[in-house]
Amino acid sequence: MTAVAYESKASPPLDARSIHLRRLVVKALEGGGRGHIGSSLSPLEIIRVLFDDVLRYRPAEPNWPDRDRFILSKGHGCLALYVMLADKGFFPESVLSTFCKRDSILGGHPEHGKVPGVEASTGALGHGLPIAVGMALAARMQRKNHRVFCVMGDGETNEGSVWEAALCAGKHKLSNLTAIVDYNKVQSYGPTKIVLDMEPFLDKWRAFNFAAVDVDGHDVDALRRLFMKLPLDSGRPTAIICHTVKGKGLPFAEGKAEWHHKSKVTEKDVAAMYDALGGR
Amino acid sequence: MRQTAIQMVHELAKRDPRVVFLGSDLGPGILEAMRLEFPERYFMEGVSEANFIGMSAGLAMEGYIPYLNTIAPFFTRRAYEQIAVDLCLHHLPVRMLSSGGGLVYAPLGPTHLAIEDIAAMRALPNMTVVAVCDAPEMRRLMEQSLDWPDPMYIRLAKGGDPIVSDPARGFTIGKGILIREPGTVLFVTTGVMLGQAMQAADLLAESGVQCGLVHMHTIKPLDTELLGEVAADVPLVVTVEEGIRAGGLGSAVLEALSEGIAGQMPRVLRIGLPDAFPHEYGSQETMFDTYGLKGSQIAKTVSGELTSNSRSIKLTA
Repeated sequence: MTAVAYESKASPPLDARSIHLRRLVVKALEGGGRGHIGSSLSPLEIIRVLFDDVLRYRPAEPNWPDRDRFILSKGHGCLALYVMLADKGFFPESVLSTFCKRDSILGGHPEHGKVPGVEASTGALGHGLPIAVGMALAARMQRKNHRVFCVMGDGETNEGSVWEAALCAGKHKLSNLTAIVDYNKVQSYGPTKIVLDMEPFLDKWRAFNFAAVDVDGHDVDALRRLFMKLPLDSGRPTAIICHTVKGKGLPFAEGKAEWHHKSKVTEKDVAAMYDALGGR
Repeated sequence: MRQTAIQMVHELAKRDPRVVFLGSDLGPGILEAMRLEFPERYFMEGVSEANFIGMSAGLAMEGYIPYLNTIAPFFTRRAYEQIAVDLCLHHLPVRMLSSGGGLVYAPLGPTHLAIEDIAAMRALPNMTVVAVCDAPEMRRLMEQSLDWPDPMYIRLAKGGDPIVSDPARGFTIGKGILIREPGTVLFVTTGVMLGQAMQAADLLAESGVQCGLVHMHTIKPLDTELLGEVAADVPLVVTVEEGIRAGGLGSAVLEALSEGIAGQMPRVLRIGLPDAFPHEYGSQETMFDTYGLKGSQIAKTVSGELTSNSRSIKLTA
């Protein structure tokens, strides 16, 4: 196993592409007037690197059989996925402004069959990894080379179904499966350490027979280097704990549970978010 | 019936490479022949029903037709959200072979009884709910299950259940079977209650009350066409089910009749279990006795209903 040691230190500053993607998130929030803000900004670099450098897919052919499967199990972070899918041309960028509107394809949680590129309807937590296990088994049975990636929230891993699936993935030695945790350390009520501490987190995944490492989830280069090494072990599934910051990129929202979700995003909020990102 | 269902999975697997079997820590040796012949398509997973439903969804999304087996409440109570979201919302062809339907596990107590399974499964969009009456009918169902487009909840009875079906009447998922032409009374039953209702109808016939009989093996989608046709002009419709009355077959029949499918709304008597967890053990048969589900008891209940409502129910027989 190639371990990549994570040292807690300041993430490199967000680059122009990360800022651009955050502006698209604000565009959707402005259109919808609501949304999970902090939860969509923490996994943005993870999803960006996967779609820019790792996953194989065809935007014009979302059901291409040989595509890598990507499941955003923390469906409430859907804005991160929506902006990436728009950026890659799965649907026009203008659709982002329709977020949560009556006839939009983009709801507050992503739906398979509505949004091109969304593999599974998620939102209820703890569903993505079991589905990913089934997909990874299917790929193996069909002698296919595509891989399965599943991004979960840290609070999501409170769910027992995540660990049922982890046991199963370990048992079946699913090296074509990568479980990724967006470890922003703040869940809906407050800090994960207070609500339900998952530490020692890496040890848990290792105990469930995963090759597990952690990484700075906002360090694009580090993420790229790590994802390029997958699978970390040819006989086991991989778990990657990504240390992230809830609300990353908006200083007034970073690490704040109040910015997990807002049912009303005001004009003032929108202006403040654009300001923090250096304008529209 | 359970043996037939399980063995049929192996038969279907021989015919169709999409068929896979998943169990959650079942008894030793189950489907051993399939495990040996198709080890890649046989999964015996742990006591982790949430995962095995989600996993089957992932397999179905990739083109497989998973047949799952575990004890009824561990599907319907334990993994309800997985069934709703992973199977029904995604509209996947996963088949749940649900052991111990109704009161089969009487000696094991209320944790193992499936008293509200039909109601719970019927409430889910896209779900098909089936309770056949015996092993030969299970075989006919399993033959058709391969290409059915919806997720299916297939309720299994005890095993060794009396054979009351007749191949000559045929079998089609979603189509009820008219067994006796209606008279004063029309019985509508599902699962093994068909046998009890047949006995009741015989007893009532002896006392001059002509009873029709429809076997609704498919509770959802309900065959409202047949129901509307045969319930027209019948004064008393009697539903019989091995489950709580709220939300089950009786509710489905009431809902359909209330929409006027049979013209004037008949009097509807729903025979089933009360809104309570059974508090005794014994056997499926003794519980039938406790709850009035034996043929002779059903006949008596119907007679009582006819007598007490003789002014509103015109006896035509």
